[in-house]
Amino acid sequence: MQRNGPIALAFHILVVTFVLAPLVIICLVAFTPENTLTLPTTGISLRWFKAVFAHPDFVTSFWNSIWLATISATLSVALAVPAALAISRYSFPGRDFLNALFLSPLIIPHLVLGVAFLRLFALIGVGGSFAWLVATHIIVVTPYVLRLVLAALSGLDRSAEQAARTLGAGEWTTFRRITAPMILPGITGGWLLAFINSFDELTMSIFVTSPATVTLPVRMYMYATESIDPMMAAVSALMIALTAVAMLVLDRTFGLDRILVGQR
Amino acid sequence: MIRRSPFTFAPWLLAGPGALFFFGLVILPLCLTVILSFHAYDHSKGIQDTFTLSHYAAVVTDEYYLSIFLRTLRISALTTLICAAIGVPEAYILSRMRDPWRSVFLLVIIGPLLVSVVVRAFGWSMLLGSQGILNQALHLLGLPSAKILYTETAIVIALVHVMLPFMVIPVWTALQKLDPMVEAAAWTLGASRFTALRRIVMPQVSLGVLSGSLIVFGLSASAFAVPALLGGRRLKMAATLVYDEYLQELNWPLGAAIAIIVLVANLCIMLAYNRMIEVRARRTLG
Repeated sequence: MQRNGPIALAFHILVVTFVLAPLVIICLVAFTPENTLTLPTTGISLRWFKAVFAHPDFVTSFWNSIWLATISATLSVALAVPAALAISRYSFPGRDFLNALFLSPLIIPHLVLGVAFLRLFALIGVGGSFAWLVATHIIVVTPYVLRLVLAALSGLDRSAEQAARTLGAGEWTTFRRITAPMILPGITGGWLLAFINSFDELTMSIFVTSPATVTLPVRMYMYATESIDPMMAAVSALMIALTAVAMLVLDRTFGLDRILVGQR
Repeated sequence: MIRRSPFTFAPWLLAGPGALFFFGLVILPLCLTVILSFHAYDHSKGIQDTFTLSHYAAVVTDEYYLSIFLRTLRISALTTLICAAIGVPEAYILSRMRDPWRSVFLLVIIGPLLVSVVVRAFGWSMLLGSQGILNQALHLLGLPSAKILYTETAIVIALVHVMLPFMVIPVWTALQKLDPMVEAAAWTLGASRFTALRRIVMPQVSLGVLSGSLIVFGLSASAFAVPALLGGRRLKMAATLVYDEYLQELNWPLGAAIAIIVLVANLCIMLAYNRMIEVRARRTLG
């Protein structure tokens, strides 16, 4: 194995700096005691974090986002696991079409999904309700779950299932006692990836949220277009911290590089 | 292993609910939006029931819309080029690192993918703003301040930051499949490092670069948060234009027409991508 030369390492350091710069700056500025977006030079203060928790809009939106992400990730697992079983275990007419349909939200720009949902909801008169917001998020995150569960199913040794069937276990028992535990890492990874993607979603949500259901990214977007003060940095720092925790959990359960790089 | 059994309802029972759900919430709304884009619009009376091609005609003839589409193409192309120029060498450098550094830096490069794009765009607006960190640093060095925020440069910088993982991932995957001994063999046989890179490594990763470029281009062309937060009111791209037509002008049919154009362009790019993956699969199968 060849080592990287000094030029390569210098290039690498520049790229890493570029990638980390905006995130590091946010985390530093969040601790400023000043009223403007400046680096904390005189001292470190938690006043902007306190301001976030005292700001009712941000707190409401945060809980909206947490509930939205939890419910849509869970329901999308409930949809994707049986769908993945059907796609990977059976050959039936329309199988490729179904697979493409389930993965299609990955190649449709979120902007287009957003305006399409807006039109549908306006026509059937359900705009702005939380349940329909959940439905739109399920559409957006299901492809991620499906891909991971399909990958877990394709790497599965079927002999354990066959042994269970031979020993007299029914289809459901076999799934519950044998298959489900074996694909559990795929399901957990998929759920977390779905949670993060739902929690971060902006472009589509901006079209389908109502004042009562505004999610945290949409709230942050609206706040950033109106005023810029260090509170925005504090919210962003909290989001970075939350994402970092989720990343660590993902890395432990499934291997983050496998999830992000994997199965293509 | 796929069961070739006589006809069974099992797959339909398993996939049915999801299929219905996706049918109702993906295909149906998209069809409704296509129909909407042909509806006439009146500024005082709203959406009319008469059908017209005028929105599409307006978009392809009006200077204003054309300039926004041109800007979108220009910014996306530039972003793609810069992503390739940074992402390809970076993936190569990563692939030659040893663990644990390799895993650590791979996570550093692709991890930001999971951080909300609003957060990243906000970070860049702090760095590039007129009172931002970059200008404060320039000021300390006694240099004149630079106006970057609310220019196309700012949009490109932030887009490159957001899209870089999508370039690194396919190139990295291609490099993983490359046996490092082949490159070493080229050196032993007298090839210079540059020749080995050009003749051995590049042909292997070129498909990775191409697929990365298509993804980056497609995502950049429909990006919303970055141009909205770093381009300001004046510098619009296709996505921010759709947003304004829908939520400010309230001209939904025109917004729908632009959205459909963005969708069709994206689907074309993704079909090209799938075709490429198929060609590669066929080639590796022999």
